[in-house]
Order: sequence, then structure tokens, then C-alpha cells
Amino acid sequence: MIGRSDTRSIKDSREERRLFEHRARTGLAFVIVFLLALVGRYVWLQVIAYENFSTRSESNRVNVRPLVPNRGLIYDRRGRVIAENRPAYRLEIVPEKVPGKTDGLDALLDELSTLVELNEDVRRSFHKTRRHYQMFDSVPVKFNLSEQEVARFAVNRHRFAGADVVSYLSRSYPYGELLTHVLGYVGRVDEHDIARLDKGNYRGTRTIGKIGVERYREKILHGTSGFERVESNVRGRVVRVLERRGAIAGTDLVLSIDVAVQQAAWDALGERPGSVVAIDPADGSIIALVSKPAYNPNDFVSGISQRAYKAILDTPYRPLFNRALMGTYGPGSTLKPFIGLAGLELEVVSPQTRMFSSGTFYIEGFSRPYHDWKDGGHGWVTMKTALEQSVNTYFYQLALDLGIDRMHAYLSQFGFGSITGVDMTGEGEGLLPSREWKQNSHGEPWYPGETVIAGIGQGFNLVTPLQLANAVATLVNGGKRHAPRLLYAAKKAGDERAERTNAPIAFEVPVKDTRAWQTVLSGMDRVVNGPLGTAKEVAVNTRYRVGGKTGTAQVYMLDQDATVTDEEVAQHLRDHALFVAFAPVNVPRIAIAVVVEHGGAGSKVAAPVARATLDAWLDQELTP
Amino acid sequence: MPVWMGVPRLDPVLLVLLVLVIFFGLLVLYSASGKDLEMVYRQSVRLGVGIVAMLAISQVPPHTLRIWTPWLYVIGIIMLLATWALGVGRGTQRWLDLGLIRFQPSELMKLAVPMMVAWYLHARVLPPALKAVMVALLILLVPTLLIARQPDLGTALLVAASGVFTLYLAGLRWRVLLGLGAVMAAAMPVLWLIMKEYQRDRVRTFLNPEADPLGHGWNIIQSKIAVGSGGLSGKGWLQGTQSNLEFIPERHTDFILAVLSEEFGLIGVMGLMLVYILLIARGLHIASNARDTGSRLLAGSLSLTLFVYVLVNGGMVSGVLPVVGVALPLISYGGTSAVTLLIGFGVLMSIHGHRKFIR
Repeated sequence: MIGRSDTRSIKDSREERRLFEHRARTGLAFVIVFLLALVGRYVWLQVIAYENFSTRSESNRVNVRPLVPNRGLIYDRRGRVIAENRPAYRLEIVPEKVPGKTDGLDALLDELSTLVELNEDVRRSFHKTRRHYQMFDSVPVKFNLSEQEVARFAVNRHRFAGADVVSYLSRSYPYGELLTHVLGYVGRVDEHDIARLDKGNYRGTRTIGKIGVERYREKILHGTSGFERVESNVRGRVVRVLERRGAIAGTDLVLSIDVAVQQAAWDALGERPGSVVAIDPADGSIIALVSKPAYNPNDFVSGISQRAYKAILDTPYRPLFNRALMGTYGPGSTLKPFIGLAGLELEVVSPQTRMFSSGTFYIEGFSRPYHDWKDGGHGWVTMKTALEQSVNTYFYQLALDLGIDRMHAYLSQFGFGSITGVDMTGEGEGLLPSREWKQNSHGEPWYPGETVIAGIGQGFNLVTPLQLANAVATLVNGGKRHAPRLLYAAKKAGDERAERTNAPIAFEVPVKDTRAWQTVLSGMDRVVNGPLGTAKEVAVNTRYRVGGKTGTAQVYMLDQDATVTDEEVAQHLRDHALFVAFAPVNVPRIAIAVVVEHGGAGSKVAAPVARATLDAWLDQELTP
Repeated sequence: MPVWMGVPRLDPVLLVLLVLVIFFGLLVLYSASGKDLEMVYRQSVRLGVGIVAMLAISQVPPHTLRIWTPWLYVIGIIMLLATWALGVGRGTQRWLDLGLIRFQPSELMKLAVPMMVAWYLHARVLPPALKAVMVALLILLVPTLLIARQPDLGTALLVAASGVFTLYLAGLRWRVLLGLGAVMAAAMPVLWLIMKEYQRDRVRTFLNPEADPLGHGWNIIQSKIAVGSGGLSGKGWLQGTQSNLEFIPERHTDFILAVLSEEFGLIGVMGLMLVYILLIARGLHIASNARDTGSRLLAGSLSLTLFVYVLVNGGMVSGVLPVVGVALPLISYGGTSAVTLLIGFGVLMSIHGHRKFIR
């Protein structure tokens, strides 16, 4: 042995074997002790901690996946599809599955950008939305991938842990900008949406109605999410479905819009900014709601780029602005029929009352002149002829006789100065001035001169095109004022047929004397059909009889005595041209308001737009 | 001496135990591979090659093996140096491309090191003198360090262990052994247990640079879930969800014990451990009856090395030892380690066949 050098040269094989056997036995004992200890570890894992690991194994195996309902389709009143769902692919990332933190995500995005176009906008909005999802949620990166992008990703999928391409249904608007201000659009669910929506039902939904009908009817369009309990492998591939509750598709909607009429109004407006609203007076359904200029809603569905958005913002006349709903204009002479009706119903004047128009009107004791549009005036006129020729003097006097308080009270019954209650959000109220309003907003009393110009719809008065069209509809159907509706019918998932929805009645204007109403309507009839009517060109070659009223809203206050023709004024300072109409006169099937911004006098540009719209509707309606 | 199938030098006990392990292993592999018969077939072929090699070696007398030993060792060292210069492999240099086959020289050293140490001590007076111990340590340290730098800590550990076991069986004094043990403890679980978590993370990365980058510890967590959810009697063959749904990484190679534990439960684990203990015990018994010192030491060392495989692999799968690439003997998928092990058993059988007849 070591240290005993005297004995070491001799090998004692018996002693060596004895020593080996001892060592082997000790070794085996060690082996058994250690392996028993190891088995002890397995006892701990498999017996004592069994419940815990069993549960974790189960939650590994089973995933609950949301099933996204198909969004309800939208049709126009003739059954044309105006909002549809098209199969598409989007790129999603589950942050939890990406190695590394934010750096890891950026590195992944860098890698992905070699296959899929990912610009700064896409990245920024991904990082913004991602904060509102859980780490284990799938966050959309880019929607509507091209076929090439999908193919390139599919080949390289294994390289990108945490990223995947998911098929979905993308919203699409076949009529593009024509219906933007009606339908609105859906867009990526953002942080504001997440705050207000029902998280459970939107677990798998990545887009939501942002404005328009898409937003207003979001709840029924979306449908009810389902879920699926699936067994999936470590890469998330589903091996089998354990339990399933299908999604219930959203409700299909039929809007009262008629695309053909909408198109006719759109085309008739040409390049000019403006608005057309057409309502069926019988039921308050909206036939056309045009606001121009508009923009293509399809650009917003997949997330619009900063540059494209800026281009829209830089377009003249604000395409994003919904004029039909929010644009407020001085109603001008289109208000005269309502003031006339107030005068008749409140017995301030009678249909036979005659007044003399000399071309200039003075309030007794004041020197300020108020003009007629025609030099030298119109001579003796009654209600009907005053409407026919739009005689200011008649309505100056009538307004003075009515007084602002009665005028305000009567006109508010037609919905002026308050929202119509249409099924859209963001509607403007307009302005129907009153003594009280003036005191509150200006801190000044009401002056008689303001009553005079209010009588011809100038001054403080403001209306939205929708308000104006709805007031005309109310006028022609005997005072029944609807809250106008875009929704015409709805078909719930599983239902055979669509169910009609009706516009609620907001108010019924009392009719004291039907002759008063008839007088005003026949005055409007003469505007188009009378020998001195201000909109005679509308009646040329019609198959039906039209009633209407022209109007001009002042944009820029010219010197009272200056005589300037439209051509001499810069385009953006020209007056807005207005025209309201209804047809056929005996049984009105449509009431319409047209505003052409900076169009000058109402009869010249607004009336032809109305005519084109009426034709598009009535050629269908009057054909048996 | 039993004459069985005309092959005189076989140990039926070892053979039966080996067949048991191999059969069980192929069963588990079928499940772990996702019912891939192709993979089971390939493994069967390798095991077949291993068994043929085992039978061939078993017919070679121990003293002939001893004559080969220094050559084997020197060739092994040269090849290890060659891997340093021109090795291939995923991030490491373990493989030597020999044109037709890719060869792992470190596997050869698993046999060559205990053989060389036994060869050296065979002619020495035992217990070994200080000089003999130093030479023996040199014999085992050179290849160990060469393998460790590849880096392949699992194999380095096994090679070192086989050399140390030879010295232990040669009667190396306990206090010297304890000193060696203290050195080895540097890579052992005792140290692991007193480490801080961030240190453990570093060690994990150090020990296995190929570790799955998707979150540290993923392997171990999923493996533990698989083992634990197996419970007492397991989920049943082919029924392991952790395995079938591919949550266990490396489930047909280093982590195949997790699959076995999940599907066959604690009963399966204990059964397997019993077979391994019987194999080791039988090996030590053969060693005790060997004809000469060199054979005795070699047989004993090979038997005890099997224990290191089982302990390290079992500890790694159950999360008590760091993840080092040590296969579960004869069960993990992969040719090289199975063939090496079977050749080792061939050596045992040769020693058994040429044991002394009179005690």
C-alpha cells in the first residue's frame, strides 16, 4: 500500500481479490442507495405532487379558442350587397411565445419584414394595440396579406416562433366612397374600443365598427362569439376538438338606401361639395344620404397608413366630414314654406291675404332697408305667389307679425334646432334661434331686425340637410314627423326572412286647418310649375309633378347695397345653393333636401341635382 | 459452462436482462416517436448491430483485448485531437466525418479509458501506489478534458467516472477517493442545491449551450409535468399527452424516460430501475469471478459506469440534476451510445466466459 514501500513489489492476488470483492459490495450498496433516492424523487413527482402535475398536463393539452362570428351582411333596399365579408389572411403574433422581450419582438418583426411588407405605421400600431392584450393573446400585426406574402410566410413558418398567418373574413364595401357616409367602416380594434366593448364576446374579434351604420349597429352586426375546447400540440396545432359551441353570426341588415338613387344624386353633384338627403315621407326611411366629397372606406378596414390618411386630410372640402348629418347651413328661403304654414295655422295671415312688394322693406321707425331679390319688387302677392317667386317682403312682414317666439315654437315642431333621432351617431342639431337662446349665447336681447331676416331663413338659422329633408317629409305627410331610419329590415341568424323595422314617430304636428297645409304645398307646387316659379327647369319632361323650394345660404356677408354676380365672387365665398322638393305632388313618395356648397343660387345648381335624384327614385316607384 | 445456441461465451442472465430493457425501450420509443415505425426500425437495426458486436467481442479472450488496449487508447486520443481541428456538429465538435460514417471518438473513450486504466493497474501492486494513482489519473484526465472542451460534459463525466471507478475498485484509499470526490463535486448536485437561481441559469446555459432558447427551464418543466402526471400506474402506452402533443423536448432521445414515466407511471420507473440494478449487480458478480486483476477491474468499472448513466439521466429528467446530454442506457434513441454500451456488455461476457473455474 501507499507508504509501505517494502512490500509493494509482490502482487498478492488473493488479497487483491478480497479487496475487490469488498469494494464491489460497497459499490453495489452505493448504487442501490442512490437509485433508491432517485426513485424517491419519482415517488414525490408521481404520487405526492401528482395532482399538481396532472392539472398542468391537462392545461397544456387543452386550449379554449374563441370562434369569431361572421359579421352580418348589409344590403340596400333593393337587395344589393353593400357590405360583405371576404376571405383574407392576417399576420398575428403571440408575444408570450416570442423569445426575448420587446427586443425579441422587434427582431421578429425585422425578420418578418423580409417576407411581408411591414412599414413603420404597421409596427407602431402593433406595439400600441399589443399593450391592451394579454401576453398569451394573439395580436394582429397586418391585415389583408397578399397571396405572395401568405405563400412566402407558409414556407418559412418554422423560423418564426410566435408568429402565424390566420385566415379570417375581411369586411369589404363594393360601392366604395359612394356609401362611406352611410355605412362607415370597420377598423382594427384599438385601445378606446377595448375599453368599451364586451371583452368576452370580442375575444377573437379583431375589427369593430368605427363610424356610420357599422358603428351604430355594431351590437347586432357582430353576433355572438362561440368557443372551442381543443386538444392542441406544443405548436398550437389542433389535434382534436373536445367541445364546441358555435358562434352565432351577426344579423344581416337591409338599409332603406337605394344604391341607384344614391348613385344618381352622387353623380348629379359632380365635383362640387354638397349633400343630398332623400326620405320616403310615408315611413321615414332614408332613400339616399349623400355627402361629398367622401373617401374609400376599404382603405380603413386593414388599417390605413399615415400617409394615405394625411392625403385624405389634405383633400379640399374635408372628405371625412359627413355633411348630410353634421353639416349646418343657413336654410335660406327653404324655410319660407314652414314660416308660411305658421302664419296660416296661427291665423296671422289667410291664403287670401295680399301684400305689396316694392323691392325694399323697412321696419316702421327704422331706416335699415331689407331687400327683395328682384329689383323693383314683385308687386301684389298672396301666400302662394309669394312662395312661387320667393318674395322676401311677404315673409319679412309675416315674421314681424308672428314674432320670434311663435316662430320658434311653431318651427321647432318640424324638428328644426334639434336632432332628428336618425339611427346614426354624431348628428348635428342645427340652430333655431329664440329670444332665450340669444340671451344665453350672446348676452343680448332679441332685436326686431333679427326677426325680419329669420323670416327668410337668414341670420342665425342653421339646419342640417337631414333635418331639412325630414322637415319637408313632415310637411308633405300631414305633420307626422318620423325619426328617420336607415335600417329598413333585419334578418337574424337562422331566420328565414328579414323582419321589417319601422321608423318611430318623433312628433305629430297638430293640423288645425288642412287648407293652410294645402295652400303651402300648392305654393311649393308653383315654385316648379307656376309661370313665375323660381325652379321651373325642374319640371321639364317629368312623368310626375314636383313641388319644391329654392334657397340660398349666405356664406359671406356682402354689403347690403352692393350688386355682385356669382361669377365675380371667389368659389369658396359663393353662397350655398339649396333646394327642397317632394314628388309626386298629390301623393308624395319622396322628400328631398339638396345642398350644393358654394353653388350660388339654389335654382341653378341644386334643383337639377334634386331632379336627377327624384327621377332615379320615381322611375322605379311609379313603374308598376 | 453453458453451451447455448453453439455460442459458448454468453451469460444468459445478462442476455435476458438486456433483452428486457431493449424490448421495453423499443416499446417506449414507438410511443415517443409518435408511432413512427421507421424510427423504431432504424433503432432496431442499430441495436442489432450492437448485439452482433457484443457477441463478437464476447468471443475475444480478455488478454487479447488487453493487447489491443494501448492502441485503442492512443487512437482514441489522436481522434479526439482531430475533432479539435476538424470536427463537425451542431455548435460543438463531437463528430469526426470519416466519409462513410460519422464517428464520435468520445464514445470510444468510454471503453478505452477504463480498459487503459485497468491495463495499467493490472501489472501494478494493489492497492495502487501514489505514482500509479498519478499515472492512472493522467490516463483518465487527458481524454476527459479533451471531451469536456468539445463541449460534451455528459460524456466527459461518464469517461471520468469509468476511470475513477477503476481506481476505486483497485482499492484506492478512501481518503484519496474523498479528495477526488471533492473535486468532482464541483459539477455535482450538492453544489447545485446551494446555488442562487441566477447562478443556476448560468450553469444551465454553460452545461448545455444547445438548450432550447424558448424560455429557460422549458425542458425541465415539461419533463417534470410529464413524469408527475403519469402518477402511480401511468396514462397507458401511447396515451401520454405530454409526449404525443410534443410538449416534451428531445422525447425520443435524452428525455425518453419522461415518456416512459408518463405512460407507465411509477411502477414502470421502478421496474426499469430494478432491471438496471440487476444488470449492475450481475456485472459486479462477473467481475468478482474474473480470472485476473485487469479483467476484474474492467468488468467492475463498466458495470458501475452504467449506474452513472441511469442516475444522471434519471436526475435530469426529474429535474434534480442539470441538463447534460446523457442517454438512458439502451432506451434512448441513437446508435452510438447503444452500440458502445452493448460492446461493453460484450467485454463483460468475454470476461465471464473466461472466468476462473475454481474459486
